[in-house]
Amino acid sequence: MDRVKRTLAPYLLVLPGGLWLLVFFAVPMVTMLSLSLQEGDIVNGFVFTGHWHNYTESLADYQTQLIRSLVYGAVTSIVLIVLAFPVAYWIAFYGGKKKATYLFLIMLPFFVSFVLRTISWRMLLTDDGVLLHPLKSAGILPDDFQVLGSASAVIFGLVYSFLPFMVLPIYVALERIDPRVVEAARDLYASPMTSFRKVIFPLALPGVFAGVLMTFVPASSDYVNSELLGSSETTMIGQVIQAKFLSNSDYPSASALSFTLMAVLLIGVFSYARALGTEDVMKVAAR
Amino acid sequence: MNGRGVRLMHVYTWVLIGWLILPITVMILFGFNNPSGRYNQTWQGFTFKWYKDVFALEALTDALVTSLVVAVLTALIAGALGTGIGYALGRWQFKGAGALNLLMFAAISSPELVMGSSLLSLFVSMGASLGAVTITIAHVMFSVSFVAIVVRARVVTLDRSLEEAAADLGATGWTTFWKVIFPIILPAIMSGVMLAFALSIDDFVITNFTAGTTETFPLWIWGATRVGLPPQVNVMGTMIFAAGVLFAVVSNIRSRSKKKVAA
Repeated sequence: MDRVKRTLAPYLLVLPGGLWLLVFFAVPMVTMLSLSLQEGDIVNGFVFTGHWHNYTESLADYQTQLIRSLVYGAVTSIVLIVLAFPVAYWIAFYGGKKKATYLFLIMLPFFVSFVLRTISWRMLLTDDGVLLHPLKSAGILPDDFQVLGSASAVIFGLVYSFLPFMVLPIYVALERIDPRVVEAARDLYASPMTSFRKVIFPLALPGVFAGVLMTFVPASSDYVNSELLGSSETTMIGQVIQAKFLSNSDYPSASALSFTLMAVLLIGVFSYARALGTEDVMKVAAR
Repeated sequence: MNGRGVRLMHVYTWVLIGWLILPITVMILFGFNNPSGRYNQTWQGFTFKWYKDVFALEALTDALVTSLVVAVLTALIAGALGTGIGYALGRWQFKGAGALNLLMFAAISSPELVMGSSLLSLFVSMGASLGAVTITIAHVMFSVSFVAIVVRARVVTLDRSLEEAAADLGATGWTTFWKVIFPIILPAIMSGVMLAFALSIDDFVITNFTAGTTETFPLWIWGATRVGLPPQVNVMGTMIFAAGVLFAVVSNIRSRSKKKVAA
């Protein structure tokens, strides 16, 4: 009896949470897939047809926005690697006893709602705002200079929003490096540059990949930054999907777009998981 | 790396932290602004009046209350369910553990937009009416994995000899859990619960899809951006920020002093 109880124990503990994930994460994906193969409208109801034309039609209509989103996401991740690496490096190797404090400061933005932070940037970057106005009156920038509405403004916002998600995984990877390995490289007459290139950077790469995963996925599917900082020239696929779902109730083609986006991103996510495992991302996610 | 390079990186780190904090500073500052018109965009003088009238806007206050209620419910439910998963994964090896891990990984790394829109698809096809309940269901879904990971990390490091000692002294499995194991993993459960609370109160994207006409604090802000945000939003944002930072600092100091005692 006791033995039975023991083998059942993990399953009983896992059951409620596992079911919740199954019913409200996995099942909805199936519902959405089925919805994307339906036809009709919100008033007369939807009928399952099994045709793929929602996919072909909505992709033909919105491929510009989809490609733009993937490009913005990729640029964001690349900029983030460059911006975040030195910070993660300095904290990991020179942060000393204050490491935790620095990481806490990097994570401070998480205590303010994402939307509110982006609105703050819009206020700062507005045409006659605190940042641009002085530069314009000093004659450094032309009077008609604008930041808001451009692709750079959107990418700037995306980079800002997801910076901590690049610093943390790189930091975790660097922190794991045994300092003796670096010393050994120096003892063997590697220059600082060479030991960085041949020892430190390769060991940090898993962290960089985890960071790319954790920034590219949310950045390319974001609609808050392009809505608040962009213009009709910067419309991203997230805005299209959001509007189709919430304003137009055009569920089938919205589902088709959403499913396409997920398929594209999931290929990246699962090839990452296969190559490098799931531990790094989970560890950082729980900080 | 030579000395100059290190100093340069030190300065750079602070510049980046400054950049991260800049919009937060602006948010806090403009909660003290005294704008003449509708737009709280340029500095026009210092006032405390928005702190006094912070709850003057009924719809905004309702949205904040909804956010708090949903966050508390999410923290409790995700806390309980996540602790179950985390404890089982950390304590036993069992069939299906790998699949569960993959499911959690997928839920953590999937785009919020896709999780939100697929949940909406589910709710629509079930004919469920959207509101605080569907928001809470969604929030528990995306935060339960985070709780599980935090708890698992602590359970993995548990010293099994403690359980054996308790058993030797005649304690049943049940008693051992509540008297020995639970007190040890309680801090991890608490940080998981707080993480779920924080994730819930800040969430915008998934909430946007599952809320219907119900408004949470971030949703209200989103809806009001076009007509201009009242300074009360800044005050509430500042209060949430201050409470979060204060809690994090206090719990950090407490866990550090405990470690010192243990050492």
